Amino acid sequence: MDKIYSSAESAVADIPDGATVMVGGFGVTGVPFTLIRALACNGSKNLTIISNSGGGRLPDIDLSIVMKNGQVKKLITTYPVYTDRFTAFEERYLKGEMEMEMVPQGTFAERIRAGGAGIPAFYTPTGAGTQLAEGKETRIFNGRPHVLEHALHADFALIKAHIADNMGNLVYHRAARNFNPVMATAADITIAEVTEIVEVGQLDPEIVVTPAIYVSRVVIGEKYEIRFD
Amino acid sequence: MKSGLTRELICMRVAHEFHDGDYINLGIGLPTQVSNFIPDNIDVILHCENGMLGYGRIAHDEEIDPELVNAGSQPVTLKPGSSFFDSATGFAMIRGGHVNVTVLGAFEVSETGDLANWMRLEKGVGSVGGSMDLICGSKKVIVAMEHTTHEGRPRIVKQCSQPLTGFACVDLIVTDLAVIEVTPGGLVLKEVAPGLTAEEVQKVTEPSLIISPELKEMEL
Repeated sequence: MDKIYSSAESAVADIPDGATVMVGGFGVTGVPFTLIRALACNGSKNLTIISNSGGGRLPDIDLSIVMKNGQVKKLITTYPVYTDRFTAFEERYLKGEMEMEMVPQGTFAERIRAGGAGIPAFYTPTGAGTQLAEGKETRIFNGRPHVLEHALHADFALIKAHIADNMGNLVYHRAARNFNPVMATAADITIAEVTEIVEVGQLDPEIVVTPAIYVSRVVIGEKYEIRFD
Repeated sequence: MKSGLTRELICMRVAHEFHDGDYINLGIGLPTQVSNFIPDNIDVILHCENGMLGYGRIAHDEEIDPELVNAGSQPVTLKPGSSFFDSATGFAMIRGGHVNVTVLGAFEVSETGDLANWMRLEKGVGSVGGSMDLICGSKKVIVAMEHTTHEGRPRIVKQCSQPLTGFACVDLIVTDLAVIEVTPGGLVLKEVAPGLTAEEVQKVTEPSLIISPELKEMEL
């Protein structure tokens, strides 16, 4: 079962208007820059993007370009603004041109994990009593308030891994793993951008992080230079 | 007001709170710099919520791997015995109480240890990141920040004016001017920056400070 696509454009071509799309990455690491650019070229609109940030660290290549295009209706996120720069998300959001749902990062990761694992909702102590728990059901466990949080699921997940085999088994590189393995589990169609593709059988089963069952499509990513401030 | 510690010296003082065997998370901003000031004779393991345990100081030049960064997206080094995992596992470690110490920046801390560090109302939008999870799960929460705003207003206040990250969650506040412990009885001034008096620290602190009988000058 060969899941390799010849281009990022062909891999994202069927992402329709109104789709919910998870995008992996934390800051500048593990971000599927090639797939993001393909999504920007694809031009689908009214997207709900689920991503730890809305871009801004590398605004020429990260999710900023999808924000600038006006393709996003809503961003579900944990870290959309920075103290030292003004992001494309911020500009649109503050003008009232799009919606945003702010989620504590651990809750964000767990909602995605739950979405991939068939758990519809769960209670967590994180955020209880704060503005981010407003309107959510709260219940006391062991004398402590906990907030009911619902799973997140997407139509597509765009993720970045290091090496794939033709079947879609994935391994990652260092801190670039971050949200990618959990997002891979929580979408109908997971598209992985990788640095290298090897033949089936060449990855030691003991080191596979994302088993092929979660991955629908694999493309080779372009090389991007990561600049540090 | 006399000048207090530089940001580097605040980090150095924070590192004195660490003990052998501690698992420590360093938040974005001033706290991530603490990794440069951990004394060689203390054996601690740094945790980063992006999915790593056992990273070291900030990396330079040829040491830099663009896929090896801390919470603030600064390149870091790796120490022997490190490991990688995904974000859900990273936060399970935090929420599950496996991380002993967390160091966070703050806009404001109240006299009961409430923390406000994710959103300024005047800006209209903020970034919560992992701070709400960290204060929930860590056994000890240290805030590292400047004692006052750029305009000179106290950041240690009776009640936070900005949206809260958590209630009664801060254990220790380390600033450029002082080390203050949050106790059930109130804020206890334990240390002052070299050359400063308790009265000078109180002047730029909104709630009344309890002066520790063992009050001393910060040792760095």
